[in-house]
Amino acid sequence: MAVMTYREALNLALREEMRRDPRVFVMGEEVGLYEGAYKVTQGLLKEFGPRRVVDTPIAESGFTGIGIGAAMLGLRPVVEMMTFNFALLALDQIVNSAAKMYYMSGGQFNVPIVIRGPGGPAAQLAAQHSQSMETYFYHVPGLKVVRPTTPMDAKGLLKSAIRDPNPVIFIEAETLYPVKGEVPEDPDFVIPLGRAVVRREGTDVTVIAYMGMMYRAIEVADELAKEGISVELVDPRTLRPMDVETIIGSVRKTHRVVVVEAGAGFAGMGSEISAFVTEHAFDDLDAPVERVTGANAPMPYARNLEKLKTPTKDKIAAAIRRVCNANGS
Amino acid sequence: MAKTMPERRGSAVLGVDAELARKLLHDMLLIRRFEEKAAEAYTLGKVGGFLHLYIGEEAVAVGATSVLRPDDCAISAYREHGHCLAKGADPRRVMAELFGRRDGLSKGKGGSMHLFDRSVNFLGGHAIVGAHLPLAAGAAFAIKYEGRDAVIVCYFGDGAVPQGEFHESLNLAALWKLPVIYLCENNRYAMGTSTDRALAQTEIWKFGQTYGIPSEKVDGMDVLAVREVVGRAVARTRQDKTPSLIEADTYRYRGHSMRDPAGAVYRTKEEVEREKQRDPIVMFRERALRAGVVTEADVRAIEKDVNDRIDEAVAFADASPEPPDEWLFTDIYKED
Ligand SMILES: Cc1ncc(C[n+]2csc(CCOP(=O)(O)OP(=O)(O)O)c2C)c(N)n1
Ligand SMILES: [Mg+2]
Repeated sequence: MAVMTYREALNLALREEMRRDPRVFVMGEEVGLYEGAYKVTQGLLKEFGPRRVVDTPIAESGFTGIGIGAAMLGLRPVVEMMTFNFALLALDQIVNSAAKMYYMSGGQFNVPIVIRGPGGPAAQLAAQHSQSMETYFYHVPGLKVVRPTTPMDAKGLLKSAIRDPNPVIFIEAETLYPVKGEVPEDPDFVIPLGRAVVRREGTDVTVIAYMGMMYRAIEVADELAKEGISVELVDPRTLRPMDVETIIGSVRKTHRVVVVEAGAGFAGMGSEISAFVTEHAFDDLDAPVERVTGANAPMPYARNLEKLKTPTKDKIAAAIRRVCNANGS
Repeated sequence: MAKTMPERRGSAVLGVDAELARKLLHDMLLIRRFEEKAAEAYTLGKVGGFLHLYIGEEAVAVGATSVLRPDDCAISAYREHGHCLAKGADPRRVMAELFGRRDGLSKGKGGSMHLFDRSVNFLGGHAIVGAHLPLAAGAAFAIKYEGRDAVIVCYFGDGAVPQGEFHESLNLAALWKLPVIYLCENNRYAMGTSTDRALAQTEIWKFGQTYGIPSEKVDGMDVLAVREVVGRAVARTRQDKTPSLIEADTYRYRGHSMRDPAGAVYRTKEEVEREKQRDPIVMFRERALRAGVVTEADVRAIEKDVNDRIDEAVAFADASPEPPDEWLFTDIYKED
């Protein structure tokens, strides 16, 4: 184990996979000479050269399509979105080309591509640069969607994503890049896609969260422990395919569920989780599933308004208290 | 027998030998008959969805494919039966795909617009106008990355030219020197929109000049002209990895799809009849006969073989079962 930042963990994952497999290459805006808009690809051009670290002009649809075409012939592109907000320009390529190719070719052409970059709420970047983008992708059969919360997950999941024979949407977070944590240096260390992790065991309530919201939930759980509420924290890590089994297992134990998500709540991750918890574990529930979500508004710039947009610790704590008191206990 | 004018005859005049001439004629005719049968099957309800016929444009696919090697790739939009057949796909499996049957190229999951055949390096049938142009550049990127000297031909319609992806692809392919030949089938219409209502520059080949790549226009009704122009581009691309843009002047006889049967709202009957006068199959057949490279007996033999193969294709598609229910959920994710 070594202590490193989330950013360094991603960088290490890229290096290890590029050393391991000559088919892996990195492509995107400013990934080479500039060393990454957020420095995730720092040093890669120096180590691997311009054949494998490809700077692109600003043409998201074009270079994403090029990545997909290259993947059809067996390369393993890792395409960086400078931020995931710009992936909307490549949405057609991702949804109609990458996700559908294997199916509509009757299993002849799979697309082993990773599309990665930062997404989610950032600091005062306003409406167009501060969005939770995963919702646009996890609806689509054929895509896998990953949101890694810790440096260790960032490394282990990115390596799995690169080795996966399918298109993987891998959304990091600008706010998490400097976060430090323990990361295995073993190049064989990977975390399989599709497995949730129980970050903390608890008995009274299951809180499901990822990325920045998980860090907030951890603080809330610490505080509520003092009130005698024992919170179990579950991080899905992969949003599609979702590890329903781990989540349901936790619900069967705690009988109460709160989902926290940064994005606008309407038809969000919380809606989906609350639906499948109801379908699979209705009889186990002692209270209705609660959702604590981003406000159904675009992201404002003003600091005070921005605070109102994403779930606060107070709101998370209030929801947990509500479900825990729902049956009068 | 008294000699009158010395007649110019033979392979040298035609520019291709007898075997190749027969193959060109055969392949164009095979596509024509395939499309006629597909139309018939559509009216019988055996083919559903959108069906876009290639009738009238056969010389482009056949001419271009005739200068490719088997390891070269091709990719196309949704009017792609001809491109896929020319590349060497089995007509039986193409027809079965149209019928939505399990022995179809894409197991019945793709349909007319999504034919793929890895065994002949045909990279599909793509139905979002413009979207496969970057994919072609990507395949070319992979070819170059691996140090191979193969090329990819990307067929697309005039309707893709106003799309951003056309320009993004030409720019990137030129910038990165990717071995791709962009072959525009300018049949003058995107559905009902004629090129002069869609493009500020209707000389499509000129866009290549903007991006600094070799570009030219060719008579897309003349299979030998297509062969020559695409052949030149392929040789250049193989050698220096430079992309090319070729505009083939062609025409579709039928409507945009079977749902636009007459194709008559946006063009006149006279125009269609006039264009049929330069039919690629008739013109080439007559030329090859005149040159004495192909005989009447050859033509009859080709027609018989084509008809037999198309009948076989229909019988095969008819006999192929529907895909099993479980296939709804297969081929979504590849297992390692
Ligand atoms: C992005 C997109 N917009 C619209 C359509 C609907 N559409 C299908 S084919 C077509 C016309 C395309 O014409 P062209 O590229 O010239 O090809 P042709 O049909 O003439 O072979 C249109 C508008 C589509 N499939 N994709
Ligand atoms: Mg057209």
